[in-house]
Amino acid sequence: MSEVKKVLFGPILANNPIALQILGICSALAVTSSLSVSLVMAIALTMVTAFSNFFIAIIRNHIPSSIRIIVQMIIIASLVIVVDQILKAFAFEISKQLSVFVGLIITNCIVMGRAEAYAMKNGPVMSFLDGIGNGLGYSAMLIVVGFFRELLGAGKLFGVEIFTTIQNGGWYQPNGLMLLPPSAFFVIGLVIWALRTYKKEQVEEPEFKIAANSRTQEAM
Amino acid sequence: MEHLISLFVKAVFVENMALAFFLGMCTFLALSKKVETAIGLGIAVIIVLAVTVPVNNLLYQNLLAEGALDWAGLPGVDLSFLGLLSYIGVIAAIVQILEMTLDKYMPALYNALGVFLPLITVNCAIMGASLFMVERDYNFSESVVYGVGAGIGWALAIAALAGIREKLKYSDVPAGLRGLGITFITVGLMSLGFMSFSGVQL
Repeated sequence: MSEVKKVLFGPILANNPIALQILGICSALAVTSSLSVSLVMAIALTMVTAFSNFFIAIIRNHIPSSIRIIVQMIIIASLVIVVDQILKAFAFEISKQLSVFVGLIITNCIVMGRAEAYAMKNGPVMSFLDGIGNGLGYSAMLIVVGFFRELLGAGKLFGVEIFTTIQNGGWYQPNGLMLLPPSAFFVIGLVIWALRTYKKEQVEEPEFKIAANSRTQEAM
Repeated sequence: MEHLISLFVKAVFVENMALAFFLGMCTFLALSKKVETAIGLGIAVIIVLAVTVPVNNLLYQNLLAEGALDWAGLPGVDLSFLGLLSYIGVIAAIVQILEMTLDKYMPALYNALGVFLPLITVNCAIMGASLFMVERDYNFSESVVYGVGAGIGWALAIAALAGIREKLKYSDVPAGLRGLGITFITVGLMSLGFMSFSGVQL
């Protein structure tokens, strides 16, 4: 039971795919300017990761290792096509906003990375859970970033006004920078900082130690 | 001609793959510690983009687009939903062919690019460029220019980031920000810099 818990919830804080494994960053940055879009993207990616892990784990003993990448790619691409068509049918507005990023789930390193690292070695059920777990880790990051960007950038959450902006006679001056792409980098950088302050063992070793200043006179 | 030049400048600076659309971020962050590797990877991306975008364009125009199969006696057949699967197949195949060709005819370049070529298959910048090409309905010559321009833009961005990171390792960064965290903030600042191109009208 503890194994299931570790596989399912480990990736959220202890082994987050974005903050620690450097996987799947592209879409995390581009789609997070509003919370509802981030949420749809998070659900889509979790589904694709879970099911691709599941199917690859089922046939893992029958895939010749020399062509395994192509086999994995085809399974993932087929699942993404299904997700893309579902979004176009039931959430057309959001699928327009996501534009090419749904298609780019295929090349999202989380899906490939988990298929290669976990599903090729473990059974279907555990692989499915691993996919859900890593999807949740990705979702957590996306939702945190989307939350701050939409709240500070537009004063809204899910399009509902939280802080009344000055234009509407309130007090909040929206920070337009938060809606622009670069702010996603800053928010993720700060989230990583917060996460590593909480979990000290994730801090990276410095490549260079700065020697103490031996000439104190110069420092004065 | 003028139209193509403005498309090229737009692809390199205004719509920079890495800093405006954040494509190819995984490799962008993971392999930008040294300027040499960054330049090697950048060149590989330029070559692969310059080949795959036009090929995918031909594939889309002649087989997948709505009404493209008229010549085969199948009017009104729309296969564009198969796009994702075909593009990734084409990219994987071309990278493989390129690897073998370079190995045979240009061993020096092959050794220089080495490990990066297979990695490029899963680089979102390559797939992203093909998808943008379809979304914006480029014709063949536009797609050639767009592929080359997008590749050069990406290479420029990763070389610049590697230059900054080489200097940055001597600086005193707070413990929690060390490594990945400070890289994110650096890229954010670079991206802000590149946004100044966004007002450029061509």
